[in-house]
Amino acid sequence: MEVLNNRGVEDYQTAGPKQSYFSPYSFNGGSILAVAGEDFAVIASDSRLSEGFSIHTRDQPKTYQLTQNTVVGACGFHGDVLTLIKVLKARIKMYLHEHNKDMSSTAVAAMLSTILYYRRFFPYYVYNIVAGIDDEGKGCVFSFDPVGSYEREPYRAGGSASSMLQPLMDNQVGFKNLPKQARVPLSKEEVVKKVRDGFISAAERDIYTGDEVVVNIITKDGVEVERFPLRKD
Amino acid sequence: MEASLQMEFWRNGPQPGALYNFPGSQIWNQNEPTKRTLYPSVTGTSVLGLKFNDGVVIAGDKLGSYGSMARFRDLSRVLKVNDQVVVGASGDYADYQFLSEIIEQRVIEEECLNDGFGYTPSSLFSWLTRVMYNRRSNINPLWNTYVVAGWENNAPFLGYVDKIGTAYQAPTISSGYGAYIAQPLLRDALEKKPNMNVKDAIETIDRCMKVLYYRDARSLNKYELAIVTKDGVEIRSPVTSQPNWEIAHLIKGYE
Amino acid sequence: MAAVEGPMPGFSFENCIRNRHLEKIGHKAPTAYKTGTTIAGIIYKDGVVLGADTRATEDTVVADKNCSKIHYLADNMYCCGAGTAADTEMTTQMISSQLELHKLNTGRKPRVATANRLLKQMLFRYQGHISAALVLGGVDVTGPHLYSIHPHGSTDKLPYVTMGSGSLAAMATFEDRFKPNMEKDEAMKLVRDAIAAGIFNDLGSGSNVDICVITKDKVEYLRPFDEANIKGKREGNYGYKRGSTAVVSTEVKKIPFEVVATQVVSGTEAMDTA
Repeated sequence: MEVLNNRGVEDYQTAGPKQSYFSPYSFNGGSILAVAGEDFAVIASDSRLSEGFSIHTRDQPKTYQLTQNTVVGACGFHGDVLTLIKVLKARIKMYLHEHNKDMSSTAVAAMLSTILYYRRFFPYYVYNIVAGIDDEGKGCVFSFDPVGSYEREPYRAGGSASSMLQPLMDNQVGFKNLPKQARVPLSKEEVVKKVRDGFISAAERDIYTGDEVVVNIITKDGVEVERFPLRKD
Repeated sequence: MEASLQMEFWRNGPQPGALYNFPGSQIWNQNEPTKRTLYPSVTGTSVLGLKFNDGVVIAGDKLGSYGSMARFRDLSRVLKVNDQVVVGASGDYADYQFLSEIIEQRVIEEECLNDGFGYTPSSLFSWLTRVMYNRRSNINPLWNTYVVAGWENNAPFLGYVDKIGTAYQAPTISSGYGAYIAQPLLRDALEKKPNMNVKDAIETIDRCMKVLYYRDARSLNKYELAIVTKDGVEIRSPVTSQPNWEIAHLIKGYE
Repeated sequence: MAAVEGPMPGFSFENCIRNRHLEKIGHKAPTAYKTGTTIAGIIYKDGVVLGADTRATEDTVVADKNCSKIHYLADNMYCCGAGTAADTEMTTQMISSQLELHKLNTGRKPRVATANRLLKQMLFRYQGHISAALVLGGVDVTGPHLYSIHPHGSTDKLPYVTMGSGSLAAMATFEDRFKPNMEKDEAMKLVRDAIAAGIFNDLGSGSNVDICVITKDKVEYLRPFDEANIKGKREGNYGYKRGSTAVVSTEVKKIPFEVVATQVVSGTEAMDTA
């Protein structure tokens, strides 16, 4: 802080309308985590929506079901999230009416990439992860950056606690840094357990993660939703 | 260089031949791009909202501040849209008036159709969210936070939209300073009594408005209350909360 | 000049100019632990109740889940601290030592007003660069006293005060429910609820509630007073089995060393075992 300016004294601020600068972006916190299994995929998010040091609401999960077996997790700036999801749902509905079939998870992912890149120079400030079932009936997870770069991965964490969840999943789901012991594919129940425990740990250390974890279990038959409580502080 | 060459004609005065630059004001520059409402002037403070068993209640005080000046003491910031929807606004009052005129015109046009359809809380909320988001995307925001309350599908509705298009629904909502002062009290009250009736809800809101009057320097103890139930919208205005300054007499000196 | 000199009293400002230059060319100063914090205190019928949460944060990460924010100043005085953790700790320790010396010099119990003066004069001297926001409470010969002290050195003497990022949530609770001359249980419940309001509504505050009750001849330091949050129970077992760390290669090497000299001393003088 400079107490004195070069004229000797600080400018005196008069009372009256105060200038506040406008920023079109904000960060609303939240974490997402997705894991692809053999014939299923799991995608979870917490349900806290915050801004700065305040909690807006304790019940705003950041996963959105798009088709019968596609769920997208989206967090970052919530205004952009709402808009992006609206656009996605509209485009998926148009596809359904044009082709008389649901869009596949892989197609949703490809489309999301182009939607994001369309706004390359005024980006959607949103971190997306798409989870679903691919054309061969296998679980799939796609992760995105805010401007549309995407890649298929076996598991992925996103959002405010991604730097805590990702290494945990590298070890527990990706079996990184473990000897070549039995690396059997994980069952649905095991994945849900690990995802849930990951969120419990993330809520301990990340101030933007908490309140509730909402786990979506995707199979070819549809999406099952389970909710578990987290810390509320 | 400027500092060393500066002639101290008088302190903080203009350079010889330059115009006096009043502190706090901005120099008009012809080369600058056109300015939008990028800062508010006449403003309203917090709006509170609370869902209860068979309805929803929102409140906002009647003060219009001009910077730190309490400029207007009888402004209405709660708009009755129809018999099932009300909207409360905080932030720039001009922007609120602009938007409320648009809403009123749309309601008239909707009624002219006479098809039995009108704005539901969720449809107005959805529209408002798009308006706010599109304005922010054009870097021409409406400098407001809106609280939408209503009755729909036999259940209360309470939603929040701010100037950048962040929107959500929740059982308790507070904008502005209320988010820090009233929200903890509202959440606590609802947790202790999840099935409030109208009386409980109004009492809770009054308690919060009183605390806001104690602690928010841009507030007033005269406020407007809107109650939405299945029977329609009731607006009470002005409601005056009775503050208690007894403890002020306990404070003597500073050491 | 002596080879080893004791440090000069006061702060070292050696690198101020260098640091300012570094900041100008885009380097960031290291971030310190902040106690985002809700702290509060009230005066009740026969004393003072102080309260604090126990979360310390480093940006958006919780650095300490159970830190202690109610600091000892003297036997009849405690002080809650918000702001930069190091500043609140060191400031209270320094003033605590000054109060102890003052007590030994005068042979009297220090007064709360004295602690307040010492704190505000020190903070004012450093013009707000010591980021300590304090709630000072205690009981002396003149009765119970409660102060809030801002980082720039201004103070308030009030029947109820709050500080930190959760101060608004806690103050709202006080404004709603404070009454003069409360009973002890009632006062403790009110402080607990004020701190809990901060814990649940302010992201900078969290974990448990600590409480300290000071009366004329007793101090109750309750830590934790209340665990406002119960940690989630994990289902899985995340311990690693023996052998989890991969052995990439094994090699046994002899460490070569030379025997320089050996000397066997015997019998000339008995070992001193006194």
